[in-house]
Amino acid sequence: MVATEYLLGYLPILIFLGVALALSALFVFLPIGVSRITGSHRPDTAKLSEYESGFPAFESPRSQFDVRFYLVAILFIIFDLEAAFLFPWAVSLEFTGWPGWITMMVFLAELAIGFAYAWKKGALEWE
Amino acid sequence: MIQAFAFYLFAALVLASGAFTILARNPVHSVLWLILAFFNAAGLMVIVGAEFIAMLLVIVYVGAVAVLFLFVVMMLDIDFAELRSGLVRYFPLGLAIAVVLAAELVLGVGAYRAGALELGTPAAETAPLVGEANIVSIGALLYGRYLFLFESAGIILLVAMIGAIVLTQREARADAGRSQQNISRQVSRRPEEATVNTRPEVGQGVQL
Repeated sequence: MVATEYLLGYLPILIFLGVALALSALFVFLPIGVSRITGSHRPDTAKLSEYESGFPAFESPRSQFDVRFYLVAILFIIFDLEAAFLFPWAVSLEFTGWPGWITMMVFLAELAIGFAYAWKKGALEWE
Repeated sequence: MIQAFAFYLFAALVLASGAFTILARNPVHSVLWLILAFFNAAGLMVIVGAEFIAMLLVIVYVGAVAVLFLFVVMMLDIDFAELRSGLVRYFPLGLAIAVVLAAELVLGVGAYRAGALELGTPAAETAPLVGEANIVSIGALLYGRYLFLFESAGIILLVAMIGAIVLTQREARADAGRSQQNISRQVSRRPEEATVNTRPEVGQGVQL
């Protein structure tokens, strides 16, 4: 095993994960178990049907979405990636120097072209 | 000890959620299992020491790619009955793909056993900077040695963005401008130009 001291920093997160899992499992399964034991578990069709503010559900939730949701998601991925690339660049500037700085500026300019295009074409408008 | 426990926990969860991704009947459930698999893969990355990759996995894959998958799955109008028919018809094709994948697995394991791939021992010039966090090492390599690859990644992103816009953007409607709010016009509107004072004759009415 190589250096693993940094992993100690993640131990609280692991513990928190365990506690959160245990608590949420408790909240879900304890009421179910108690209702089964005490005999109040009596399902019927009216109870098991989905509740939509009182009126019957009239169609399947699976309908076709507007394709623009998809466009927004793609634009979000691209700019999310751009932001993610900025982190290692920012902390390593002392090693990369001016070439690294110019590299990132060119990269940002490339995406700025795309952003200007998206704006001009009205891809960000919803109407 | 805790490290081994965490490794087996995450590895088992990755395998289980990967299996459920394939086995789930409902494609939306598949995407949710895939998100769980991404989270556990991030945990494995933390254990192996690639902290930045782990955070990237959570931000990009869970945050953005999974959302895109959900949109795609929800946008497709899938008829499940039709989906399950035609098993016999597509069986030879599926079998062929399964054989190819199995052959790839065997080849990959064979190549790894042969020792040609030395995972985890970087070449001398790409060795991580000693004593620096691995995000610094990644940055120093990405923006120094692999600068042109990084720029071409930017070009690919640009092409993807323009392609997505060209494919999904329909022509602007003629009345699109009318239904939209023009805030500066609304704010700069003055009472003098918005109201008129008329004194119509009795029984004449007004012309606007």
